[in-house]
Amino acid sequence: MSICQNLGVGYTYAHMKLSKDQVSHIAKLARIGITENEGEVYSEQISVILDYIDQLNEVDTNGVSVTRQITGLQDVWRADDPAASPLREKLLEAAPAGDGATIDVKEIL
Amino acid sequence: MEPYFKTIDEARKGIEDGLLTPEQLFASVAGRIDEIDGELNAYLSRASFREPQKGPLYGIPGAIKDVLIVNGTTTTAGSKMLQNYTAPYTATAVERLERAGFVLTGKTNCDEFAMGASNETSAYGSVKNPWNRSMVPGGSSGGSAAAVAAGEATFALGSDTGGSIRQPAAFTGVVGMKPTYGRVSRFGLLALCSSFDTVGPLTRSVRDAAEILQIIAGLDPRDSTTLPDSVPPYVDALTQDIAGVRIGIPKEYFGEGIEDGVRDAVMSAIEELKKLGAVVKEVSLPHTPYAIAVYYVILPCEASTNLARYDGIRYGYSTHDTAKNLLEVYERTRAEGFGKEVKRRIMIGTFALSSGYYDAYYLKAQKVRTIIAEEFETVFREVDCLVAPTSPTVAFPLGAKSDDPLAMYLADALTCPVNIAGLPGISVPCGYSNDLPVGLQVIGPRLGEEIVFRVAHAYEQATEWHTHHPN
Repeated sequence: MSICQNLGVGYTYAHMKLSKDQVSHIAKLARIGITENEGEVYSEQISVILDYIDQLNEVDTNGVSVTRQITGLQDVWRADDPAASPLREKLLEAAPAGDGATIDVKEIL
Repeated sequence: MEPYFKTIDEARKGIEDGLLTPEQLFASVAGRIDEIDGELNAYLSRASFREPQKGPLYGIPGAIKDVLIVNGTTTTAGSKMLQNYTAPYTATAVERLERAGFVLTGKTNCDEFAMGASNETSAYGSVKNPWNRSMVPGGSSGGSAAAVAAGEATFALGSDTGGSIRQPAAFTGVVGMKPTYGRVSRFGLLALCSSFDTVGPLTRSVRDAAEILQIIAGLDPRDSTTLPDSVPPYVDALTQDIAGVRIGIPKEYFGEGIEDGVRDAVMSAIEELKKLGAVVKEVSLPHTPYAIAVYYVILPCEASTNLARYDGIRYGYSTHDTAKNLLEVYERTRAEGFGKEVKRRIMIGTFALSSGYYDAYYLKAQKVRTIIAEEFETVFREVDCLVAPTSPTVAFPLGAKSDDPLAMYLADALTCPVNIAGLPGISVPCGYSNDLPVGLQVIGPRLGEEIVFRVAHAYEQATEWHTHHPN
């Protein structure tokens, strides 16, 4: 794994490579089951992509603000008026496991 | 001319003049789909004729990309994950079309969850380019583009996150319009990247695109990112007069990676625009080369969040019946329900948002995003709009890039900066290279749809490309 060094201006990464173990960890976080083989393939492919993305470090972003959203809109409100949803039945029916009134999940506790 | 190749305007006149009934028009289009969709695979599901509402689009057949939900239809997003998902309500954009009188022909094929530039990641097979069946139609709105190009719909809706309306429009020789971010409601659009996703029309003329946009655009209380600005009558902006319009040619869009045939067609188009009286000058958007990197950080990050809902619990594909425990439900549902490209992007996003990397990737990309957006703003003080190729290449062969994710990403190089800056952009046909269509892109400032339509329309009407159809 490459080391992150704070050079004062920004962060620099040496060639960013993801190991199979890292890919495994990420897959776990993303709740996607992958085989060992897939881990290897994804590790290579994702490393190439991250390598490409590293060029962003060439850009001086000192003092530049973050664009969280491009509309410039702020505080778009609606009245907090409760109303019955016309979708309740359809939504419950859509559940892969359930009786139309509740949704079944595996044991959590 | 076959009814199925008529523009909206032509079809409407036919219906108003009593030459054609909505049923006949629909039958013509349906017959066309029956004839060729076995080869093209543009449609994932079909709808039968329903008596339309009275409105400006009365009886006009339209196709909807399968990432927009339509009540009672199966909406798959091109994924196995939603193979049997029946939508419980209708997207705002489609509702507005329904009120205007359109008739749904069906849902169109697309890259899985709109992730792709070739319509090859769909779980339901690739779409073929109507101009050459061994080529891709572009993506992710490949089905919508192919359908419009081939006469399988009078118009279609697509979604554009990094170029997914404009690029397939360019590859299939039709008009594809991406409005300003926030101009059209995303309510009912299956989210991919919430800060880039935009709904827009694919049509056979600029006028048709302007009309569709006028109908679907506007504030929607159900989507808090929609803009409160009133919707001008876009069709009225189509004056065909562009004398004195200042057009910028961004030099970074004409560099090394652009195919010669594409460059030649676009340069000819620029000469045509000069003949029409536009004032053309070279401009620069220096951070253009970083746009793909910005895009492929932000998109995977937001997609990883947006696709977390596909967990086999509330809807969609599920391994509930065979999994041993909850974790297995999640891991196996997502392993089996998602394709490789989707999984790859979710993992990149998960990584880039994770502790220790968030600042270096996601925040960094959002800062470079600011720089790119400001560069456009600056340039629009000197010019009214920009003209450039839509794509560096024409349509490429099926399979040519599907093993090289990064090569596929570079297809978005000229379109994704426009999404990054939230601006409007259109692609119109401007010729051919190797017998495949080339697209001309017109980019406008924020809420600059009128100038974009005006320039695109003037060019279109001065040329004949829009009258061509594939065999």
